[in-house]
Amino acid sequence: MLKLENVTVAASNGDGEELEILNKINLSFETGKMYAITGPNGGGKSSLAKVIMGIYQPAEGRLYLDGKDITSTSITERALMGIGYAFQNPPRFKGLKVKDLLSIAASNRDHGNIERLLRVVGLCPRDYIDREADARLSGGEFKRLEIAMLLARNPRFVIYDEPEAGVDLWTFEQLLGVIAGRHKANASSTTVVITHNERFLRAADEIVLMAEGEVKERGSADAIWPMIEDDIACRWRTTCGGELDEAECYR
Amino acid sequence: MKLSAIDNTRQSRQLNPVDEQLLETIADLHGIPQGAYNIRKNGDLLSRMSSANIEIVSKQDKPGIDVIVKPGTKNESVHIPVLVTASGLHDLVYNTFDIGEGADVLIVAGCGIHNPGASVARHDGIHEFIVRKGAHIRYVEKHYGQGEGTGDRILNPRTIITLEEGASAEVELVQIRGIDSTNRVTEARVGASGRLIISERLLTHGAQHADSLITVELAGDNASAEVLARSVAQDRSKQVFRASLVGKARSRGHVACDSIIMDSAEISSLPELHALHAEAELTHEAAIGKIAGEQLIKLMTMGLTEKEAIDTILAGFLS
Ligand SMILES: Nc1ncnc2c1ncn2[C@@H]1O[C@H](COP(=O)(O)OP(=O)(O)OP(=O)(O)O)[C@@H](O)[C@H]1O
Ligand SMILES: [Mg+2]
Repeated sequence: MLKLENVTVAASNGDGEELEILNKINLSFETGKMYAITGPNGGGKSSLAKVIMGIYQPAEGRLYLDGKDITSTSITERALMGIGYAFQNPPRFKGLKVKDLLSIAASNRDHGNIERLLRVVGLCPRDYIDREADARLSGGEFKRLEIAMLLARNPRFVIYDEPEAGVDLWTFEQLLGVIAGRHKANASSTTVVITHNERFLRAADEIVLMAEGEVKERGSADAIWPMIEDDIACRWRTTCGGELDEAECYR
Repeated sequence: MKLSAIDNTRQSRQLNPVDEQLLETIADLHGIPQGAYNIRKNGDLLSRMSSANIEIVSKQDKPGIDVIVKPGTKNESVHIPVLVTASGLHDLVYNTFDIGEGADVLIVAGCGIHNPGASVARHDGIHEFIVRKGAHIRYVEKHYGQGEGTGDRILNPRTIITLEEGASAEVELVQIRGIDSTNRVTEARVGASGRLIISERLLTHGAQHADSLITVELAGDNASAEVLARSVAQDRSKQVFRASLVGKARSRGHVACDSIIMDSAEISSLPELHALHAEAELTHEAAIGKIAGEQLIKLMTMGLTEKEAIDTILAGFLS
């Protein structure tokens, strides 16, 4: 189980002012469950993933993995403990090839496995294994590679940040199958999918709704769905200094 | 068979383990090179082999060699490594390559310096290439320095390339670590329908200094040239990179210099374009920046330490 206790993350807004991008988050993710996190843009979903991965340090609060306090551990240590994160916007690497990144991710696995993983995410190994993982790969290709890298690591706590973004209509089903299938096949793994996609939301055991750096609701798809339909997120969106009143959300 | 075995007639000039390791680093040589070769050590000829199509002869008037490749020679290679393993040595050499019409060859040059002492060990090489009509060369030059001595390791290569009509050259200049001071001059003249690609890879560290000046003259119609430089400057090292394209005909040229700067290093990157013809199309891009934090973080999320992540990014960038 991964648990966040009163986690607050502050960042500077560029004008020397600190703002809280996560505000006193209390959340626990149980082993074996699949979670979907959704909510309006800027609501704090990716920031939550980053604080779990160790990329952001909390100003307050603590994180526990299976009861162990991991608040002050590094990114590398968390990776080695089995936490994995597929970025929303993964960085490109000049001069590193697809196979280089996958071998780093797999660390000790063989080449055959890398080829299998590429096929799993819908990239033909023959065409991609020697391509450079730089700006020349397309957005969707890169997103698939990012997922293959996470699969290669095979972490027990895995976060996908909008895996559906940029993935074409024809292979969306396959992607959903890969993520949900991997989850089902590993009883001891916890899967968190940050998503704006209904299919992913419905595939999850539990949905967490985040807005304004806070967890606003959590529950089963059946419980949360009506609230989403209600455009609940709109009410939590900062209302432009009061100009946008709540009623407008329902028009 | 080990390289030391090729010279069994001259026992005194056998390769020792330091030589073998330098050779492997600069020329990827693990044994006798295939084809023609000339190995020079501390200013003297160590070993040489001509082939049926590639003749290597010593110059009469000054130190150095003439390498003559017969017209039409294909899929052959010439290795001409230079080893400097003595302190206080200033080695100077002039090499000329005459590549016959329609030939297609690989030329691997390289200089490995192992300076064991406190005085300077220096090698200045002047390489001139005449690539005749329709011929193609791939020229790889690697520099590497090591040694426990405190003496500076200095390399000042000068490369002059003439591409005749329809000739092409791919030139790879690599210097990764170990050379304290380098002043590299590369001059090329590309004739009609000629094509030149120069890629340079450079990593400096400590208090090293590297200066590279590349000048390419696009002299004939449909000539093209690309200069692609990537460098990393670490510690207090300094780099100055100048690349100048001169378009004198209907031609195309592009310069791209991309550098990673670290610690308290300094880099100057100065691409220059001179169009002396209305149909010369010349472009450049230059960028200097730190290692992207996002890249480091991504690799750390895959279990690498920060140091491993930096090494991985630099190795990829310079590959
Ligand atoms: N390093 C940072 N510095 C300053 N502000 C940040 C930083 N990281 C996130 N923020 C801010 O925190 C808020 C939440 O960002 P986050 O990326 O977590 O949103 P999100 O819910 O993932 O949104 P989206 O759906 O658009 O991906 C945004 O307003 C963002 O600008
Ligand atoms: Mg996000």
